[in-house]
Amino acid sequence: MPKITYIEHNGKSHTIEIANGLSVMEGAVQNNIPGIDADCGGSMACATCHVYVKEEWFNKLPKKEDGEEDMLDMAFEPKKNSRLSCQLMVTDQLEGLVVNLPEKQV
Amino acid sequence: MIKTDALIIGAGPTGLFTAHQLKLIGLSCEIVDNLDKIGGQCIELYPDKPIYDIPAIPECTGEELTNNLINQLKPFDVKFHLSERVEEVKKNNENWEVKTNKGTEFSTPNIIIAGGVGSFEPRKFSPKECEKFENKSVFYSIKDKTVFKGKTVSIFGGGDSALDWAIELSKDSKVNLIHRRDEFRGAQATVDKMNDLANSNKISLFTKYQLKSVSGNENLDSIEIEHDNKEVKNLKTDYVLGFFGLIMQLGPIANWGLNIDKKTISVDTEKFETNQKGIYAVGDICNYPGKLKLILSGFHEGALAARACFKLARPNEKYRFEFTTSSKSIKNRLGVKE
Repeated sequence: MPKITYIEHNGKSHTIEIANGLSVMEGAVQNNIPGIDADCGGSMACATCHVYVKEEWFNKLPKKEDGEEDMLDMAFEPKKNSRLSCQLMVTDQLEGLVVNLPEKQV
Repeated sequence: MIKTDALIIGAGPTGLFTAHQLKLIGLSCEIVDNLDKIGGQCIELYPDKPIYDIPAIPECTGEELTNNLINQLKPFDVKFHLSERVEEVKKNNENWEVKTNKGTEFSTPNIIIAGGVGSFEPRKFSPKECEKFENKSVFYSIKDKTVFKGKTVSIFGGGDSALDWAIELSKDSKVNLIHRRDEFRGAQATVDKMNDLANSNKISLFTKYQLKSVSGNENLDSIEIEHDNKEVKNLKTDYVLGFFGLIMQLGPIANWGLNIDKKTISVDTEKFETNQKGIYAVGDICNYPGKLKLILSGFHEGALAARACFKLARPNEKYRFEFTTSSKSIKNRLGVKE
């Protein structure tokens, strides 16, 4: 199973094995990682699973689909490397992915 | 004080169908919702998105589902209290006394929380100093547009609300429109109109900028906005408006002494009652082993909670299960002629 690293805003890091097919958001929620709210449950309707993807990873990820950028407009402090973690599906290609969590989601 | 057999918090699909179930078995109910319209997440988050897993409805949008549920409630007299948020709950003998932020008071033996993920509230600016100016110079919705006449207004956001207000206020105010990227997600006709106004200097457009800081004493004087490339601009402004959509907050419910875990309320699966007698939770906000956050689950949960309400609302009567196809009393309530 690919290892994904979540770094909380305070710097605390969690590296977790997540089964292929789950989203990066679900991996965080199922493992009680603080800092990902995922209020809408993954329907891309709330922007509370917002993460910053490390530069070297950002271009390797599948491109944003319609709607994700629109939702990111509403995220807390969006940046160029912002993604919604509910839209990032875990595959072997994501082995070693590092995401930073924003200070807060709302 | 309004007396009712049951008070429903939340006018989303689950709250609406729960009202239907209550009225069907002869109980009165009222519904409170913090949004200004009926429909909850269906109407606020995805009115145009098709839903494919409502039983017997192959496909419908959030808005269609809401309208159908409202139609289903037509035979009944259900009072809605929109744009109101439930603030306080306290026990008075056998009844719960509930008060909203607008001062409406209810006395009821049953409270059904159908609150989804919480009440919708506007998403706010991130710089902390903005709080100081909130409702004076910084707004997240507009009640009276005349205050902006002849003033400079800086509007943030890229959706229809931001664009509509930029266009509207540009008639009588100096408008800055600031958005974090080049594309706008508003309707194309609105985007085109805004671009025309920007080209004729009626609107000053700043894209790839976000709010960095605000400054002023009693009222706001200026703001700093920062470009993606870190360049900072200072804008003189009298007002700042932010349109970043809505977030969901559990709000005062969190302080009612209910068993809450990860923003959901633990319930039993017989009555969908919480740890407080006469307070139930149904729909996305409730939690029990095997819980599915589906609209159809909310319908089932509401139907059972409604039966549980009967016991407390009519302690001296016995609830009798009846089918809508055959029950005379149900048909009478529905106003169906035999």
